[in-house]
Amino acid sequence: MDYLLIQVLNGVQLGLLMFLLAAGLTLTFGIMDLVNLAHGSLYMMGAYFAWTLIGWTDSFVLGTLLALPACFLLGVIVEVTVARRLYARDHLEQVLATFGLILFFNELVRAVWGPDGKSIAVPAFLNRTVNILPGVPYPAYRFALIAVGLVVAVVLAWLVARTRLGMLIRAGASNRRMIAALGVNIELLFSLVFGLGAVFAGLAGLMAAPIASVKIGMGDDILIVAFVIIVIGGIGSIKGAFVAAMVVGQIDIVGRAFLPDFLKTFMGAASASAAAPAISQVLIYLVMAAVLVWRPTGLFGQRS
Amino acid sequence: MPAPWRTPRGIITVLLLLLLAVLPLLTQAFDQRYLLSVGTRIVIWSIAAVSLNMILGYGGLVSFGHAAFLGIGGYAVGILSAEGYESGWMQWPVAIVVAVAWATLIGALSLRTRGVYFIMITLAFAQLVYYLSSGLAAYGGDDGLNISRSRFPGLIELRDKAAFYWLCFALLCATLWFCSRLVHSRFGHVLRGARSNELRMMALGFPVFRYRLAAFAIAGGFAALAGILLANDGAYISPAMMSWVKSGDLIVIVVLGGIGALFGPLYGTIAFFAVEEFLPPLLDLLHRGWGEYWQIVFGPLLVIIALYARGGIDSLLGRRHA
Repeated sequence: MDYLLIQVLNGVQLGLLMFLLAAGLTLTFGIMDLVNLAHGSLYMMGAYFAWTLIGWTDSFVLGTLLALPACFLLGVIVEVTVARRLYARDHLEQVLATFGLILFFNELVRAVWGPDGKSIAVPAFLNRTVNILPGVPYPAYRFALIAVGLVVAVVLAWLVARTRLGMLIRAGASNRRMIAALGVNIELLFSLVFGLGAVFAGLAGLMAAPIASVKIGMGDDILIVAFVIIVIGGIGSIKGAFVAAMVVGQIDIVGRAFLPDFLKTFMGAASASAAAPAISQVLIYLVMAAVLVWRPTGLFGQRS
Repeated sequence: MPAPWRTPRGIITVLLLLLLAVLPLLTQAFDQRYLLSVGTRIVIWSIAAVSLNMILGYGGLVSFGHAAFLGIGGYAVGILSAEGYESGWMQWPVAIVVAVAWATLIGALSLRTRGVYFIMITLAFAQLVYYLSSGLAAYGGDDGLNISRSRFPGLIELRDKAAFYWLCFALLCATLWFCSRLVHSRFGHVLRGARSNELRMMALGFPVFRYRLAAFAIAGGFAALAGILLANDGAYISPAMMSWVKSGDLIVIVVLGGIGALFGPLYGTIAFFAVEEFLPPLLDLLHRGWGEYWQIVFGPLLVIIALYARGGIDSLLGRRHA
């Protein structure tokens, strides 16, 4: 029972991390109509920026806080130099160009930071466990991740639903030509949204760093899952991205935690532990396929 | 209008095919065995690119999971050979039938969606196959598996590099011939018509979905053929041959060569491999040590191609008479 609770929390934590990545993606997708494969590179750059800045400032919190504006700046630079030119293009050209950006960023990181992975230590004040229930310890860092993830999700929901910027974002998602015609500086809005997406992606990357590791291409595989999430949730829908991220987080963790034992009942231990992560990944894609067959524009997507 | 082979495009294409046809003789004469292995890979990837061009170029269907069919072809050969069935007469048809069946199944599901959703669902199905293959502990899992090459007793020995090259080249020519017949048939016209205006084709009474599904299945079969050859080329299979980056590479190749041009995928593959082989030494000439980071140049190059070079290499060879 305790084990189950901990695994569910791990799933929530992973889901929130994925949500941060997916939120920026679904915004750029929904508003600018851009398939941005390079979003995973921003995730990676967030982690590398944090690694460098934590080294300079010798403080996890300070380094992290400095990495976020760096991500914003990088996002705006990418938007102004490349992404902006792609909005009106077809999806094939967007895929090609942002695929090129992935190659560029992966190689840039290799040239600047070297080919070896880096690690960011869990900060001392979080390097302990907290009891979530009497006698059930849970790592404080992961707990902090859940807290930060929830706060960001709430802030984002507030931003989109309650502020003027959010109103423009939602209006842009449903009809960008109309809001441009109404006199909104749409270029500025797009840069801002792209930069915001980069901040969320970078935040996800640097928060994941102490659990996983900082390495080249770390954003590429997770990006595909983020795409799956926004497609399940419906492109452009923050709510959809949140729901789908939670579902995917649970599938992944439950698959990793419980499938091996289940599989061992009818196959060898070695092949069970090899097959379980593969099967939990496969499950994620099966869910996506099922959702798309059932609703071709996702759970909360706009039907055309 | 001059005969097609008297245009600059025709002359260059014929010369290119002649060069490829005699490549093993040249590499033997100049003792460049490495070049033959590059040539073999170029020919095999061209087959895969031609098959992607059938749906991407002529059908307008941006499939981001085409490498999965390569993997299915390769794994069918690999698994059968690991189980002791080494005859190519059995392996190859099985591999292609499995790939076509899988393409029909996922095509039937994917083609219900449009645009970005289609890109993503094809990617998702490819990832599904990728993870399934990496979960196959009995066949090497993540690390892949060394296999023995398909046997065609008395006909051809695939371990013979030159013979294997010529087989691949012959299959490339057959694929190109089939593709040209396909796009100029009624079937191809419907496919291209649906790319330009789906609604109009449906209003004319064509079951566009079924045409696209058939094209998707055929393309899957030819990609599996490339996968079979790839597995036999290296005598090795691994999940890496169907990672999503390979699917991306295939899209790059097709766009680079010229979307919807018959020989575009061939130009694209040659250009892609040429960049991979020659860009690093070129950068090293500028500054020692830069060559290692050639993708810093290649990445922005792709951005520029996507932004400014719509027709790809094919459009450099003059206007096309479709």
